[in-house]
Amino acid sequence: MRRGDMAARLRRDGGWWALLLPAFLLLSVFYITPILQVLAISFTEPEPGLGNYQRIATNLSVQRVIWTTLRICTITTALALMLGYGLAYAITLASEQARRWWLLCVLVPLWISVLVRAFAWVTLLRRQGLINQTLQGAGIIAEPLQLVWNEFGIIVGMVHYMVPYAVLPMLAAMREIEPRLLAAARGLGASRGQVFRQVFFPLSAPGLVAAGVLVFIFSLGFYITPAILGGGRTLMVAEWISLQILDLIRWGLGTMMATLLVVTILVTLAVFSRVVNMRRLFGGA
Amino acid sequence: MSATLGTGSLELRGLAKRYGEFVAVQGADLMIAAGSFLTLLGPSGSGKTTILMMIAGFTEPTAGRLLLGGGDITALPPEKRAFGMVFQGYALFPHMTVAENVAFPLRVRGIGRAARDTRVRATLDLVQLSGFADRRPAQLSGGQQQRVALARALVFDPALLLLDEPLSALDKKLRAELQEELRALHRRVGRTFINVTHDQEEALSLSDEVAVLNHGRIVQKGAPAMLYEHPRTRFVAGFLGKSNFLHGVVQGDGTVQCGPWRLHHAAPPAPGTAVLLSLRPEKIALGQAGDNAIEGRVLSSAYLGAGHAVVLDTPIGPIRVHQPAWRAAVDPAIGTTISMAWAADAATIVEDDDAPG
Repeated sequence: MRRGDMAARLRRDGGWWALLLPAFLLLSVFYITPILQVLAISFTEPEPGLGNYQRIATNLSVQRVIWTTLRICTITTALALMLGYGLAYAITLASEQARRWWLLCVLVPLWISVLVRAFAWVTLLRRQGLINQTLQGAGIIAEPLQLVWNEFGIIVGMVHYMVPYAVLPMLAAMREIEPRLLAAARGLGASRGQVFRQVFFPLSAPGLVAAGVLVFIFSLGFYITPAILGGGRTLMVAEWISLQILDLIRWGLGTMMATLLVVTILVTLAVFSRVVNMRRLFGGA
Repeated sequence: MSATLGTGSLELRGLAKRYGEFVAVQGADLMIAAGSFLTLLGPSGSGKTTILMMIAGFTEPTAGRLLLGGGDITALPPEKRAFGMVFQGYALFPHMTVAENVAFPLRVRGIGRAARDTRVRATLDLVQLSGFADRRPAQLSGGQQQRVALARALVFDPALLLLDEPLSALDKKLRAELQEELRALHRRVGRTFINVTHDQEEALSLSDEVAVLNHGRIVQKGAPAMLYEHPRTRFVAGFLGKSNFLHGVVQGDGTVQCGPWRLHHAAPPAPGTAVLLSLRPEKIALGQAGDNAIEGRVLSSAYLGAGHAVVLDTPIGPIRVHQPAWRAAVDPAIGTTISMAWAADAATIVEDDDAPG
C-alpha cells in the first residue's frame, strides 16, 4: 500500500519535473556552459594563473572603473530609494482609484525601451537641450551647464530607470502594514511624524532593504544608459568589459571583470538573503 | 505624566454622524461621570463603534459637541485628547517587544528612560504580565495580547479608557475570566472606562451604566439592573435577555385585556390605552398560584441543568418560561397542559419600537 503511494507520488511529481527539463537543458547547454567557459578564460588568458586578478590591486584603470561603478550605483540606489519611498508612501495612502492611476504612471516607463529613454535624456540635458535653453532664457545661467556625458547624466538616466524597481517591493511591504496600527499609534498620543518614524518606517524597512538590493544589483551591470549618457568619458563596469573584449581584444582582463561582477552580485544576494525575505523581491508570496 | 486635559465627566451633546444619505449616529446625548464604567451596547450597525471613534477623535462628527470636564474637545485630534484605547484585534506593534509596546505612549510624550521603565514595569505588574516584557506580540496568546493592549492604554494614566470590543476575539471561558479582571482593573485604576460591545452579558456584568443603541440612536441608558427590570422599549427588553411580549388594552377596572384573559398589572395606565407587556421568562412560575394564572400546553422543554427552558402554547401564542429544575413544582413534560402564574408587578409596559434583536 505504502509502496504504491510512493510510486504514484513519484510518477506524479516526476511528471511535473519533466516539464522543467527542456528549459533546464536549454539553459545549461546554451547559457550556463558558455558563461562558465567565458569566466574560465579569466584564468587562462593571456597566460594561465591569477595574473588578471592581480590587476585589481595594481592597475589604476581597473581600480578606477570599479570605484566609479560602485560610486554611481550607490548614489543611484540612494536616490531611487528616496524617490521610490515617497512614491510608494503616496500610493499606499491614496484612494483605491487614485492608486491605480499612480501605479500606471510608475509602470509606464518600464514599457519604454531603455534606448529611447537614454536618448530622450540626452536631448533634454545636452548643451542646446531644453533644460539649458530654458535656464539661459530665464537668465539664471550665462553658460550652458554640463549635464550630460558625465556622471551626473548617467545618474539621472539610471535613477529614472530604477525608480519603478524601487517602488514595487516597497509598495508591497507598505500595503502589508495594518492601517489600524497607525490609528492606534495616533490614539496613544503620537503625532503624525512620530507615527511615521516609530511605526510606519520600521514596518516598511524590509521593503526598503529589498528594494535597495534589487536596485543596486541591477545598477551594477548597467550598460546602455551609462554608454549613451556617459558619452564614453565615464566608464562603468559593463561598458569597460565590452571595451576590453570587443575593441582591445583583452579577453582575460574583460572576463576577469565579468567574474568579479558575478561574484559581487552573488555575495550581495547571499548577505541580504539573511536579512530580508528574497522571495518578496522576486515576486513570490 | 497625567493627561493634559481635565479629568472630569465626558459629555456628548447632540453628537451625530452622517455618511452621505446614511445616518450612522443621530444626535447622541450622553453624560458619563468621571470614574464610571459605561458600555455602549447594540447590534452591529447600531452606531456604537462610530460613537466610540468620535470620542477617540478618529471620526469627525457631522454635528454636535464633545465636552470633557466642561471643556470643548470636539476639534482636538486624537493624539491631543490623550485617551487610552484598546483596539479591536488589539493593534499591537509587531516590531516591538511587549515592554516597547507598553512604553510607546510614554516615549512619544518625551518621558525619560528611567521614568519610562519604572512606569512600564508597574503597569505590566498591574495586568500580571511581568515575565513577558521581552516577548514579541506574536509569541503571546490572545488573552495575553489583550492584557498588553490594556497595559499600553493605561500606562500614561489617561483620563479615559476606550475599549472597542475588547473581548470579542477570545473564547467564551477566557472572556468570562477577563471580564472579571477588567472589572477589578477598573476598580483599581479608578478611571472612566467606555466599552463597546454587542454581547449583552458582558455589558450587564461589567458596567456601572449601559447605553443601548439601535439604528444610530441611544434607546435607553441606565444601570444594568434598571435596564433589565425596566426596559423602556421592546428592543431593549429583547436585546437584553429574553422576554415574552403580550399585546393588551387597559380596561375600566385597571386590568389589561390580553386575548381571553384579564391580567393584573401593578401600574396600569388610563383605561382604553393599548399596551405592550414585556414579561421575563424567569418571572413566570409553573404549577403555582399567583396574581395572573393561565394555562398552556407544553410545546417544547429543554433541560439546561440549572433549569428548564419551556415553551407553552397559549391562546395568545407561545410563551417562554424558565423554571429552576431543583424542586420544581411540576414536570414540564411535552404535550401536558400545565398552569403558570406571575405577579402583578412582574411585567413591564414597553414601547413597541422594533422587532426584538
